[in-house]
Amino acid sequence: MKHARILYQGQAVEAQVLENNAVRLPDGVTLSEQQAVWLPPAQGTVFALGLNYADHAAELAFKAPTEPLVFLKSPSTLTGHHQVSVRPANVAYMHYECELVVIIGKTARKVSREQAMDHVAGYSVCNDYAVRDYLENYYRPNLRVKNRDTLTPIGPWWVDKADVPDPSRLALRTWVNGELKQEGNTRDMVFDIPFLIEYLSSFMTLSPGDMIATGTPEGLADVVPGDEVVVEVEGVGRLVNHIVSEADYEARCAHRN
Amino acid sequence: MARGRIIQHQQVRTVLRQADGTLRLDDDAPLADDARWLPPQTGTVYGVALNHRSLLDAMAAAFEDAPYKAPPQAPVLFIKTSNTGIGHLEPIPFPADAERIQAGGALGVVIGKRARKVLAENALAHVAGYTVVNEVSLPETSFYRPAVKAKCRDGFCPAGPLIVPADGIDPQTLEARTYVNGQLKETNRCADLARGVAQLIADVSEFMTLEAGDMLIAGTPLRTVDLTPGDVVSVVIDGVGRLENPVIAEGSLQ
Repeated sequence: MKHARILYQGQAVEAQVLENNAVRLPDGVTLSEQQAVWLPPAQGTVFALGLNYADHAAELAFKAPTEPLVFLKSPSTLTGHHQVSVRPANVAYMHYECELVVIIGKTARKVSREQAMDHVAGYSVCNDYAVRDYLENYYRPNLRVKNRDTLTPIGPWWVDKADVPDPSRLALRTWVNGELKQEGNTRDMVFDIPFLIEYLSSFMTLSPGDMIATGTPEGLADVVPGDEVVVEVEGVGRLVNHIVSEADYEARCAHRN
Repeated sequence: MARGRIIQHQQVRTVLRQADGTLRLDDDAPLADDARWLPPQTGTVYGVALNHRSLLDAMAAAFEDAPYKAPPQAPVLFIKTSNTGIGHLEPIPFPADAERIQAGGALGVVIGKRARKVLAENALAHVAGYTVVNEVSLPETSFYRPAVKAKCRDGFCPAGPLIVPADGIDPQTLEARTYVNGQLKETNRCADLARGVAQLIADVSEFMTLEAGDMLIAGTPLRTVDLTPGDVVSVVIDGVGRLENPVIAEGSLQ
């Protein structure tokens, strides 16, 4: 089953995703994919992994790390399916990153690799955009690079764990304006999902709703205002997003206020 | 009116400090015997690395080394995740795998009104109030590595007891004094911050929206205050509050 959060009449509501990506709200109202205002599908701490695909590390001319390179995101950067992401004015390089997201379903504290999957509720997809111009160094992905408003679309929904039999064998793909730009497979992760849960829970408590964005494979490219960017994880979901300029976005915000 | 949050009878309640200094619930009832303090803020907690002159001075030479070759240009932020949040008098767990942990007495700036691309001269209008924070951390071996493992241990961000309204407070004049077992160990003056509170809100909100309830930790000096199990650590900011927490070996907590 697929679970979404939808903004409806000013309120965030849990929704079930039907055939054709329509959503059914708790009061029985059904909205089409295009009618629905999609929110990030879960709420909790968001962990993200740097350089967790060996090919991507090589692309950046870095050795793959020997310990997971974890950073955090806050709710301010998250946005949903069919929303916009802002490319700041006067930057040279902003790129997408297609990632499988693990949704925690049960509190995890000092969980072993063998038990780790018992703590997973399901999976989602995110696009972990980065503005490379602001990266003062790779080993400390600053919030200015990775936590900017609107730069982490996530969704459209999360899928029950039972519906994804083998998360270590899923194709990841990114299209920009319909052209396939990035392609990889979760089998190439440096640190797999059970390891990441064992690692994180060895020093902190994970709670239901927490999300782990597991890193991206090689194939990054610049995106500019007007681009439609689609990231897909096989069997999990296809997340659509549009790039807008800072000026356009500010105009929208001013209009809304 | 200064306000905080407690949990009693398994319910989260708002606490208000009355004119005579006593604490009452928001329906004017007294606190129950089982009331325990929660952190007073409700949103995301952001810390700022390298925002204290003592730290910048100590690292000035290192900034010139490869691969960085320059001091950081923008605020270097980190997130204190929700598992780190504990209230006044709650124990700080000393992790079983840690050799040392260190206190980080600092000012907590609680946002009252959404801040997005605000100017420094208007920034303080977005502050609801101030609280006391102990930004506990493992010693940082490198300021360049993401420090989740050092900074996001359970219970590593005591805060409170109360949020004191911002009216009439000039944050630049405040200082956080850290005491271990009653002995003064460190004084963290806001006047020594590289970016003061208003400038920090401006520089952060340039790229990231701060929501009502979010909290910025203004900055900590070069770490010097070690904590060991059995210690009682308190952080005092005159006019804001006194935050006290015992340190307890992780295994002895259930």
